[in-house]
Amino acid sequence: MTRYLLTRLGQALVIVILVTLITFVILHLLPGGAARAILGKEATLEQIAAFNHEMGYDRPLWQQYAMYLQRLVQGDLGYSFQLNQSVAEAIWQRLPKTMLLSLASTFLAVVVAVPLGVVQAVRRNRWPDYTINGLSLLAYATPIFFMGLMMIILFSQVWPVLPPEAPQGFTLAEVLADPAGLVLPTLTLTILTVAVYSRYVRSSMVDNLNENYVRTARSKGLSEGRVIVGHTLRNGLFPVITLLGMYLPALFSGALVVERLFNYPGMGLLFWQAALKRDYPILLGVTLLISVATVLGALVADVLYAAVDPRVRLKAGRS
Amino acid sequence: MTAPHEEEAPVRGMWRQGFEVFCENRLALVGVALFVLLAAFSFLGPLFYQTDQVHTDLTKVFLTPGTDGHPLGTDGVGYDQLGRLMLGGQTSIVVGLAAGLLATVVGTIWGAIAGFAGSWVDAVMMRVVDAMMSIPALFLFMLMASIVTPTVPMLIVIIGAFAWLGPARLVRGEALTLRTREYVMAMRGMGGTGGRAVRRHIIPNAIGTVIVNATFQVADAILYVAYLSFLGLGVPPPAANWGGMLSDGLSDTFSGHWWLLYPPGIAIILIVLAFNFIGDGLRDVFEVRLRRR
Repeated sequence: MTRYLLTRLGQALVIVILVTLITFVILHLLPGGAARAILGKEATLEQIAAFNHEMGYDRPLWQQYAMYLQRLVQGDLGYSFQLNQSVAEAIWQRLPKTMLLSLASTFLAVVVAVPLGVVQAVRRNRWPDYTINGLSLLAYATPIFFMGLMMIILFSQVWPVLPPEAPQGFTLAEVLADPAGLVLPTLTLTILTVAVYSRYVRSSMVDNLNENYVRTARSKGLSEGRVIVGHTLRNGLFPVITLLGMYLPALFSGALVVERLFNYPGMGLLFWQAALKRDYPILLGVTLLISVATVLGALVADVLYAAVDPRVRLKAGRS
Repeated sequence: MTAPHEEEAPVRGMWRQGFEVFCENRLALVGVALFVLLAAFSFLGPLFYQTDQVHTDLTKVFLTPGTDGHPLGTDGVGYDQLGRLMLGGQTSIVVGLAAGLLATVVGTIWGAIAGFAGSWVDAVMMRVVDAMMSIPALFLFMLMASIVTPTVPMLIVIIGAFAWLGPARLVRGEALTLRTREYVMAMRGMGGTGGRAVRRHIIPNAIGTVIVNATFQVADAILYVAYLSFLGLGVPPPAANWGGMLSDGLSDTFSGHWWLLYPPGIAIILIVLAFNFIGDGLRDVFEVRLRRR
């Protein structure tokens, strides 16, 4: 286990360093550099040169990368071009709100998707399977902003029970004080997640139901309920832990669209506003943070999976 | 690939058998039919139904469907909505197919090299894939789209530049397991070359997974175009795509202009479903192990 943990940690560290390299390279793809983006089209060449010198952009690339890394290690993500605050501060104000949205919808999605997937696997190739499969494919094929809009039309216009806009509070506490506003954004993100998870639970359960141990359990005379809940479900749910890690990038992408649609003041909305104003320090800061969160999430999921399933860590230890 | 003549017969048999399995999956046939219909609508439609999709006409904005020779009405700047759906469909389908193809080709090459080379080459190449995969797609797209002005070829490159990661992982995994299969080792032991292993065993075995994945890539690419348009980084007018039309339609929802919202929305859902159905059908064909379940 220790060996597996160390290998996996080393990998995660390498990935994080590569991510910083990628974001750094993207920053230097900017036509005319960051100077044009901040100073505008009217800036003279002298102004641009002065700016580049001041920011250290006229030094060799490797020196700039070293400086960038050094600042990152100190927690300095830069200073926003547009908002009068540091990137770290801007992110820190919005991070809890995005976490709330993502965690709540992930939790709900697991709670809904596991029973759905199990029903599909047990009744596979019969009408409950086809119905659920059809609905989840439909949800998957619908652009999430279109689905969100359908929810707004249904629950704010046709049957006006919920507000169409997310809570506009500045702090997490203010957001939580308006739970009704949270319902639609969370539900929208949940539906998309359920569509992905339930297919996964179904195929994992189907694989396990074909295993020999299930036949053994049945031939012992156990009731079908015990076979499914007591034996198959335990094994069938392990891969879902990995899925939780694997699905994080898609979850964050989904959150970006949902936050924009419902005007939810989280990191996604911050990123979107920064993209329109070409506020590159914010763009890179958010991208980096979200990527690190993804790497950490995948790491935690893998370690948890190895903890519950010894086969994984044995295999990884050998190779 | 120049295979000797006598080796071709079983290959053809495999394809015919595959075709039969594909046809048994009714949803896959529905998918093919949907795709053919939507493609014909987008590419052949304008031959029969000609509209001006370049010049705006501010005297004819928001006409309701059926008025003044506009079966689906007009939008906020006077474009005929039915004609615009055809134009938008062309972009959505072309970008989806091209980005899916680009991603599949790049990913297959990358994954095959990593899988065959093994050792540190594999480790380095796969860590690059891991790193890019940790950056959520939409964030990466928006970063790139905020740097370059989105045009149709640019969209294809941007989406393709991210989407190759999935196929790369798949092919690498396939290559790793196939390399050590007994029949490949036996062939190598009898003096077969590495090139023969790749041509006769590894590519035919991995191609199924790759094709199935490519189908889903196309569906995802079409959705990504829609998301980019929604986030304000799509191709600017007079160009159009279904995603852009749908997100433009969002602002008209509460003014009652339903014809600007539902037709592009339904078109996207149908084309994404079509590719998913086709992908499921192809999976039946190629993944023999799953057939009898």
